[in-house]
Amino acid sequence: MSPMLGALLATSFLVAIVGLAGLVWSIWKDQFDDPERNAMVVFVDPETASPEEPTLPDIEALADSVNNPKRRSPETAAFMRKLDASTAPAVKGFILSSVIWLILGSVFGLIASLKMHNPDLLTEQAALTFGRVRAIHLNMVAYGWLSMAGIGVALWMLPRLLRTPLHGSNWAFSGMVVWNIGMITGCTALASGWTDGTEWLEFPWQLDGFFAVGGALAGIPLLMTLPRRQVDHLYVSVWYIVAALLWFPILFVVANFPGIHFGVEHALVNWWFAHNVLGLWFTPLALASAYYLIPKIIGRPIYSYQLSLLGFWSLALFYSQVGVHHLIGGPVPVWVVTLSIVTSVAMLIPVIAVAVNHHKTAWKHRGALKHSPVLRFIMLGAVMYTLASFQGSLHSLRTFNNLTHFTHYTVAHAHLGAYGFASFVFFGAIYFMLPRVTGKPWPKPKWISAHFWLICIGFAVYFIFLSIGGVLQGMAMLDENQAFSESVKVTMPFLLARSIGGSIMFAGHLIFGAHILALLKGEPEPDLQPQGCAQ
Amino acid sequence: MKAPRESLAIVVGALALLMLATITLVILPAAQLSNPLVPEGLQPYTAQQQAGRDQYVSLGCVYCHTQQPRSPNQAPDHKRGWGRAPIPADYTFDYPHQLGTMRTGPDLMNIGARQPSETWHLMHLYQPRSVADWSNMPAYPFLFELKEAAEEGDTTVSLPGDFGPESGVIVASQKALDLVAYLIAMDRTYPTPQPGGKDAQ
Repeated sequence: MSPMLGALLATSFLVAIVGLAGLVWSIWKDQFDDPERNAMVVFVDPETASPEEPTLPDIEALADSVNNPKRRSPETAAFMRKLDASTAPAVKGFILSSVIWLILGSVFGLIASLKMHNPDLLTEQAALTFGRVRAIHLNMVAYGWLSMAGIGVALWMLPRLLRTPLHGSNWAFSGMVVWNIGMITGCTALASGWTDGTEWLEFPWQLDGFFAVGGALAGIPLLMTLPRRQVDHLYVSVWYIVAALLWFPILFVVANFPGIHFGVEHALVNWWFAHNVLGLWFTPLALASAYYLIPKIIGRPIYSYQLSLLGFWSLALFYSQVGVHHLIGGPVPVWVVTLSIVTSVAMLIPVIAVAVNHHKTAWKHRGALKHSPVLRFIMLGAVMYTLASFQGSLHSLRTFNNLTHFTHYTVAHAHLGAYGFASFVFFGAIYFMLPRVTGKPWPKPKWISAHFWLICIGFAVYFIFLSIGGVLQGMAMLDENQAFSESVKVTMPFLLARSIGGSIMFAGHLIFGAHILALLKGEPEPDLQPQGCAQ
Repeated sequence: MKAPRESLAIVVGALALLMLATITLVILPAAQLSNPLVPEGLQPYTAQQQAGRDQYVSLGCVYCHTQQPRSPNQAPDHKRGWGRAPIPADYTFDYPHQLGTMRTGPDLMNIGARQPSETWHLMHLYQPRSVADWSNMPAYPFLFELKEAAEEGDTTVSLPGDFGPESGVIVASQKALDLVAYLIAMDRTYPTPQPGGKDAQ
């Protein structure tokens, strides 16, 4: 690249940033004018902001626990049913698909985990070798479960936050079909050994068009509904959704474009993408869900609305540049690594902004946790977001990274983010929204508790043991007096514990899947208004 | 009405910040890394070695093996015989890159230099525990064929004790031979025009 081109690029970029700063500043000023009002956009009728919890809990007790006796009017309830119904085919399609991918992905994850301590298990077929099973697991849970669940939840939130029915939901439905074709052909390709060969980007680029087209189709309702909105202010969840739906296609297409970067440059593109798919795709979608559902369940706005927008911009600025901390100590320019370490630490800013907002809001109304199953999933998810992010900042530091790099500790950390945070939030969101979207109640409320406790216990076992095993593995690897084999042997009991934890999580997923089937087979309740809003 | 301004800010801001990240993490490093001085000792892969590398990629070896030894001030990798810290030019012919992020197994940047024996590699691929009892590497029996007797041109694998078949011989497939050719070619012990290090400069 010539210096001329570089200077041009840098100048145009600076101009864009200055313009953006002005724009943000002017919006910021308005935020200070009336942040309370903007935070209330969550409620279709702010005057009667009442608790909402469709998993059939004791709604009176929930309302008491947050000291919110308000009831929404029948008109509001009817309007919201109309909004929810407008998303039904697309949301049902995305959520049902995502849960199928979750269960299949868990099977592959479990097989991969068992193979770690039982390497002669299922070795006769190439399709079932560890290196392929692991890739299939990752792609199923990342692009099947998390992505499809995230899109489904986003499509359902949009009409509620824009106060107008979802337009063009048929486009999203066809996007769901195309995305699933991509998933099926992609996973089949990986099993047969056809792969692009870089982590998070395994699907052959020839098949990536399915995801680009499917994702674009799923984004059309956003473009069609946004101009028809009936609100003055776009709630922070919409900010995250709009940005995520912009970021992902760009990231995915750019990173998958074949034959441009080789060797070390390819590794840089790889990790630029792989961390951005977490930071600019799963995280914003899950944060959007939490920012919407926490106030919705308790019927009160979030703690500080200005803070939420600071969180948004700092996440966009810092999270997008952390990726190269995966290559610390590797053969890449030292300044890129340093930049990623600095931005990894700077991630504390958006993380604390989100943490204060979520935890302050929920802690004030912690009594609601006893009465709302959905809030339990979301809040635990939000706590694990804080933990995973702090952990991420910490182990991007060179000293700590030296110990944990190349070990199972990183795998445990990845699951704390993708499972503990994003999956927990999406579980909660799905429990909230399916009765609304289908008009059918959850038939077995106790199964929700069973699912919650199974995945809590299973994941605690998974995370704690794998983290300890990873640290011991790292210590053995750094000790020149120990043979490499010691770093393998020391992990064995912990890998076994991971399989046990994973099996318990899998049992939770089966209950979750069975419950969704039972809900879909059930009869609709014409006046499904669990929070007693008819009163 | 503030909303149009907001959506504009989100779109412009989201794109600008992603562009910033792309410039800093991809474009500028790529500019810096272009035209590397390829070390004289580094040869392009032969057709067979490249076919073996394709097997390496296809079987997902990268999920357990890195190809980036750390420098002595970071880790005792060099004392394990894994070699010097690499420089960017060491990877000139690598696509897709296989640097890896996990060491369930050892680093393979110089596996050919420390273990040049085809026999050892074939035994190890057929049944890793026949050469290292502690190993949790998967066995790859599907890269081999069980025949009653070896035919002309077959590369047979003899295994110690109970690891072999009860009768007949284990014959390496072309895929196994290619993969081993690639592994043996993994030798970056040549002199480099610049030192590698804690992040190459």
